[in-house]
Amino acid sequence: MPDATPLTSGIAPGRLSAETLSDNFDDLHAAYAPHEAAVAADRCYFCHDAPCMTACPTDIDIPLFIRQIQTGTPEAAAKTILGQNILGGMCARVCPTETLCEEVCVREVAEGKPVEIGRLQRFATDALMAAKKHPFSRAPSTGKHVAVVGAGPAGLSCAHRLAMHGHDVTLLDARPKAGGLNEFGIAAYKSTDDFAAQEIDWLLKIGGITVETGQRLGAERNLADLQNEFDAVFLGIGLAGVNALRAEGEDQDGVSDAVSFIADLRQASDLTKLPVGRNVVVIGGGMTAVDAAVQSKLLGAQNVSIVYRRGLDQMGASTFEQDLATSKGVRIIPNAQPVALHGNGAVSEAEFEYTTSDGGTLKGTGETFRLEADQVFKAIGQSLGGAPDTLDFEGSKIAVSDTGATSLKGVWAGGDCASGGDDLTVTAVAEGRDAAEDIHATLTGGK
Amino acid sequence: MADLTTDFLGIKSPNPFWLASAPPTDKEYNVRRAFEAGWGGVVWKTLGAEGPPVVNVNGPRYGAIYGADRRLLGLNNIELITDRPLQTNLDEITRVKADYPDRAIIVSLMVPCEEQAWKDILPLVEATGADGIELNFGCPHGMSERGMGAAVGQVPEYIEMVTRWCKQYYSKPVIVKLTPNITDVRKPAEAAMRGGADAVSLINTINSITSVNLDSMSPEPSIDGKGSHGGYCGPAVKPIAMSMVSEIARNPETNGLPISGIGGVTTWRDAAEFMALGCGNVQVCTAAMTYGFKVVEEMISGLSEWMDEKGYSSTSDFVGMAVPNVTDWQFLNLNYVAKAEIDQDACIKCGRCFAACEDTSHQAISMSEERVFEVIDAECVACNLCVDVCPIEDCITMVQMEPGEIDPRTGKVVEEEYANWTTHPNNPGACAAE
Repeated sequence: MPDATPLTSGIAPGRLSAETLSDNFDDLHAAYAPHEAAVAADRCYFCHDAPCMTACPTDIDIPLFIRQIQTGTPEAAAKTILGQNILGGMCARVCPTETLCEEVCVREVAEGKPVEIGRLQRFATDALMAAKKHPFSRAPSTGKHVAVVGAGPAGLSCAHRLAMHGHDVTLLDARPKAGGLNEFGIAAYKSTDDFAAQEIDWLLKIGGITVETGQRLGAERNLADLQNEFDAVFLGIGLAGVNALRAEGEDQDGVSDAVSFIADLRQASDLTKLPVGRNVVVIGGGMTAVDAAVQSKLLGAQNVSIVYRRGLDQMGASTFEQDLATSKGVRIIPNAQPVALHGNGAVSEAEFEYTTSDGGTLKGTGETFRLEADQVFKAIGQSLGGAPDTLDFEGSKIAVSDTGATSLKGVWAGGDCASGGDDLTVTAVAEGRDAAEDIHATLTGGK
Repeated sequence: MADLTTDFLGIKSPNPFWLASAPPTDKEYNVRRAFEAGWGGVVWKTLGAEGPPVVNVNGPRYGAIYGADRRLLGLNNIELITDRPLQTNLDEITRVKADYPDRAIIVSLMVPCEEQAWKDILPLVEATGADGIELNFGCPHGMSERGMGAAVGQVPEYIEMVTRWCKQYYSKPVIVKLTPNITDVRKPAEAAMRGGADAVSLINTINSITSVNLDSMSPEPSIDGKGSHGGYCGPAVKPIAMSMVSEIARNPETNGLPISGIGGVTTWRDAAEFMALGCGNVQVCTAAMTYGFKVVEEMISGLSEWMDEKGYSSTSDFVGMAVPNVTDWQFLNLNYVAKAEIDQDACIKCGRCFAACEDTSHQAISMSEERVFEVIDAECVACNLCVDVCPIEDCITMVQMEPGEIDPRTGKVVEEEYANWTTHPNNPGACAAE
């Protein structure tokens, strides 16, 4: 049996050669060479009270770190970044800078060409990590012990800051590896060379953090016990649930969650072994939809469509992400909602109905169409799953104060599972950090 | 297209762009390439006296400072005068001049401060057919340690003496090249004039250390861990050079003394500025060393374009036009009042004007929550710092207040009449206007 090609029907591995796959999944934004970084840094105007800094959820002093790069001290630049955002290396890769710092860069406003803050941040953090240095040290031990549940961006950030302040941290995660979405989410071309794992190894050099994997809240561990056992608890458990499509035929073969596909892809040791459909349909409009669609295409799917029920301007994925998808050959079909997934046990067609928006209320036009589909990915959002019901909730998320305090004394939460803020890596890092500061203040009698 | 033909001391050249005496003019090969590229003239790299030639270091000769994207802004150099035999240079000069009769060839000279040394070399130079000589009284490194170059240029009496010998033993124009490493450049220029010089050229390079290697603690360029001050040149020195040129141009003692302008000329505009300050032509080195001889094409086209636009038919039409506007501070009009004005449409809201004014000047720019930056006229002294730090050209401008308006800073009516410090009531030495 010859290798599959993009034209092979059904869901099949090996549609593209190992070499092509390697090229396809290479760094989306290649690292700067030193001279490129110098030139890029020179474009920064060192704005007063810079808009980019205000736009950054972690408040990184961007003009300062860029000037530090420009003057030949990338490691000092890295310290400026990491002092605010310990996952500055990952954020440099995955932040939607086009809707954050770079969107408000005065040069974006003036010329449509922002200073490439994300790539500069990567240059600085890569330099420091390549030097195998961990720039922070622990304060004398406080004798306090904090449980951080969830080793994703929020939990890692919280754990590191707590460790820095001299607390001992037990970092628990349900999965077999730490990292959360950094490790199991996010498109592979944004985190090449096993960066997420490397970053965690580097982060843990602070000391005082014990990682325990395979520890799921509500299964191996429960909140009440943690409250008893530890001086404080931080929940950074993310959104474990996946929203259902509520369309007929959803349970057929070939229909799965985009997040699972992305996780499988991230964990795959050999992409030639990872199966993908010939005709892939992704339902949803966020970053997860784009990540799943683009990676399907890069794996060799012949036709990939993203179908989103509202207009392009409503998509959670930024214009940059939309352009990335279309540039890879993904077709984006807005204003269409799923009606049914047809097939004989395995999906073969997806049926949609066009929509219009009437004062914000979506309604079907009655006109339907079908797309060939041997693989359908659902990317219509995640939801909180398995959160202890002793907590108060705000909407579908754990209710927290500005500093992450939940309704339970001694329990904080942050990241995607908690109310407030966008569901972004960088926001999770900020929330984890701020909760750690509040926990520290509380445990040391500051409040 | 404007005619760029230039007559400097009776020496005609198709354009006012000459290559300065420096590494690019050390050999026939280079000079021929320069002429083929379009340069109007060259000043041949300095010849020394007959005998064993000087030797150069065998390590780096140049150091540099850079702007954005490694754009070379300043170069420094510890190369000495030509290290090739005198006769080789003389033969080459003769050949090149014969082949390029329409181009200017000036021979730069530096021999010991003894009459016989000059008496010996001048007839040899005369025989080459070159159009004139330039006396290198400016070289700041190496040769000055041996009593030549800048060591002569820093002593007006020597300048006068040597210039006089040259006028005595040489029939063609004598240009004296001045060093900027001196407190008052008018003195050597006056000395040159007294000695009979036909022109001065300036500036030669400035004593400089471009950088220090913080690992080896050696100045750069580093020769086996040591460095010596070199001659600084390139775009960075242009403001210094233009000031010195203007001092000579407006000095009554040197009135009418032709000047060849040197110092960071990189574009046609630089050349036009030097010429407006009184230079009959310009000499270029670093721009050619940075970009190659082809840069002269831009200089020629740019100057010509500008002259057409302004209606100048000859370079002599605008030479010296800016000189009357160079004055002393004491004569500046204190009744001229301006205020900064920010074009809100052009403003990109970087806030650099605000930081500069708030931290280092007069707190005359306000910043709103929406990052709107506005000038507070009641505080603005029109210092121009905001204009200088603004990354957007013409976003901030200085607008002159009309006579009769009240300056909100001083509460005084803007006077129409010119008035300067010499008559100002705060000046203890003011002579009251009668």
